[in-house]
Amino acid sequence: MTSTTTDPWIRRSNNTKLDRIMVSPEGVPLNVTVATAGARAGALTLDIIIILGLILGVTLLGFLALWGFEAAFDDNIVLEESGPLSVVAVLWIISVFLFRNAYFLYFELGDRAATWGKRAVGIRVAARDGGRLTAEAVIARNIIRDIELFLPLVFISSGEADGSMSDFTAWAGFLWVLMFLLFPLFNKDRLRCGDLIAGTWVIQNVKRNLDGVVAPSAELSADPTTGKTTSRYEFSDADLSVYGEFELQTLESVLRTGTDEALATVTASICNKIGWEPGSGDERIFLEAYYTALRAKLERGMRFGKRRKDKFSQDI
Amino acid sequence: MATDLTAEQAIENAALKSDRFRLEREADWMRLEDIVTKMEKGKARQLSDDDVLALPTLYRTLLSSLSIARESSLDAGLIDYLEGLSLRAYFMVYGTQTSFGQWLKGFFGGGWSQSIREIKLDIWIALFVMIAGTLIGYVLVAGDSDWYYALVPGNFADTRVPGASEAALRETLFSTEDHDGLGVFAAYLFSNNAQVAILAFALGFAFAVPSILLLIHNMALLGAMVWVFAQRDLTVEFIGWLSIHGTTELFAILLAGAAGIHVGRSIAFPGAKSHLKAASDAGKRAALVMAGVVIMLICAGLLEGFARQLINDTGLRYLVGGAMLTFWLVYFFAFGRNRVEERP
Repeated sequence: MTSTTTDPWIRRSNNTKLDRIMVSPEGVPLNVTVATAGARAGALTLDIIIILGLILGVTLLGFLALWGFEAAFDDNIVLEESGPLSVVAVLWIISVFLFRNAYFLYFELGDRAATWGKRAVGIRVAARDGGRLTAEAVIARNIIRDIELFLPLVFISSGEADGSMSDFTAWAGFLWVLMFLLFPLFNKDRLRCGDLIAGTWVIQNVKRNLDGVVAPSAELSADPTTGKTTSRYEFSDADLSVYGEFELQTLESVLRTGTDEALATVTASICNKIGWEPGSGDERIFLEAYYTALRAKLERGMRFGKRRKDKFSQDI
Repeated sequence: MATDLTAEQAIENAALKSDRFRLEREADWMRLEDIVTKMEKGKARQLSDDDVLALPTLYRTLLSSLSIARESSLDAGLIDYLEGLSLRAYFMVYGTQTSFGQWLKGFFGGGWSQSIREIKLDIWIALFVMIAGTLIGYVLVAGDSDWYYALVPGNFADTRVPGASEAALRETLFSTEDHDGLGVFAAYLFSNNAQVAILAFALGFAFAVPSILLLIHNMALLGAMVWVFAQRDLTVEFIGWLSIHGTTELFAILLAGAAGIHVGRSIAFPGAKSHLKAASDAGKRAALVMAGVVIMLICAGLLEGFARQLINDTGLRYLVGGAMLTFWLVYFFAFGRNRVEERP
């Protein structure tokens, strides 16, 4: 596991500090991005709200069931320690235990390895070594969650409730929570203590669509009868040697998403650079032709093992 | 525009070798993306057999496409797409492929026992600590009975205090009233004990010291209690009362503490491995033990909630407790020894 991306000039995330490489079992390095602390905090908050909601729902359901029993058999039935009350109480205790301990387990063992909160912010759990995410690892990371989160929460809230909380214990509990909550900020992979023990990390989900070929119409001036292609623009080697990969990919993103205005600006600056007179009305055709020609040149270079990072690097 | 052309014409017309490469393979990538998307949405069952069989092949083809694209294409959008799809497909191919049922089978069929045998040394340490804790509790209270109130929290003490009469103590061991609400009691005990066990394990993270302290404290409480009953010659009855669920519960706490010590010890002394690797190896091993501890505590909760209240004979209590202990020992240390090592 190294901590740089394969091609640093292929920009992936906004925060390149969080870009990592994970080597797949086939030996192919894959780029991953570690989830930001903010995303994880958001996911956790959502999950806690959901768990509290579930507990509240089960509690209400329990009351509803008891109320139903009371309505069905009149009030003579003493709802004490026997019959319906004990059944409801057992179910309640078990479900609260499960919500607290099994919620994270259940979701993180699934195909998406993410709770509802994590899905909402687009992150997931993965094995740090690039292997399979095992059930043991998911169990381990979630058992530790208990001391990181639930224990101090329960401790503080129960201490607060019965008034036995001294200033000292309150501060100790607060420091405890703070220590574990801030732990991810003090290591570069944003690992929680649970991640450390389980050998996991939380990374960003990726979902990108395949856009079309960048310059499909560049060669469309082909003669349909002969099939021979001729381009409307011809660029000399000198025209193409002013830019490198960085500029090529900037041009690509302009071609993919740019407005007419942006196209005109870019056309003007390229023409200026290579000493052409910028025309108007034909920017897209021109830029696509230039893009195709430049990319052809740079990719030819790649095949010979020569890459040109940007316009400041030496020409190939 | 390219969309008006057939795929073959598009490939022919593409000016760049890298674009031709892309257009030739696009259909496979799309098919893989479709499969992966369905799996991510939990609709894996809708996939045809063909698709399921094709997944690994498509994934490996994609990886090779990615490697080629990285070395021969400068289409950033394409490489980005391939990177993303490769990662998604990788997670599906190497996801948690065992179903829950299969995992459970492996777990009960030897995985659990094996993980316990792997932390044998830590179990000895935890056992030593627990015995020492009991003795400390006993000796402290024997020396000065005020220690009792320091060790035992108020809600346990009720009538079981130093100087209580034999009758009162006997009453706590053999009370036959209120069999109602045993289920609630069992469920409460389970949830409470499981949380304590999880705590004992999780605290091991801090170099095992808190786990050890917690074990000592809990056992000192027991030692103090033994002294109270021993004062009125009720030792045998008390231990019988305790053993019916205690052999299971104390064993579970022993394992939880041992798992915590195991993790803490591995972090403090990782040996030849890196700290992170040692921690995660130990954590995964200990997680299996802990899954088992929760199961043992369910048994203990049922035994304590029902069996202890319903069986009122000391001999019978020893029998049940002893049988449980024998069962666990045989299951953990004799079962599944010849099992083939499967875990990575």
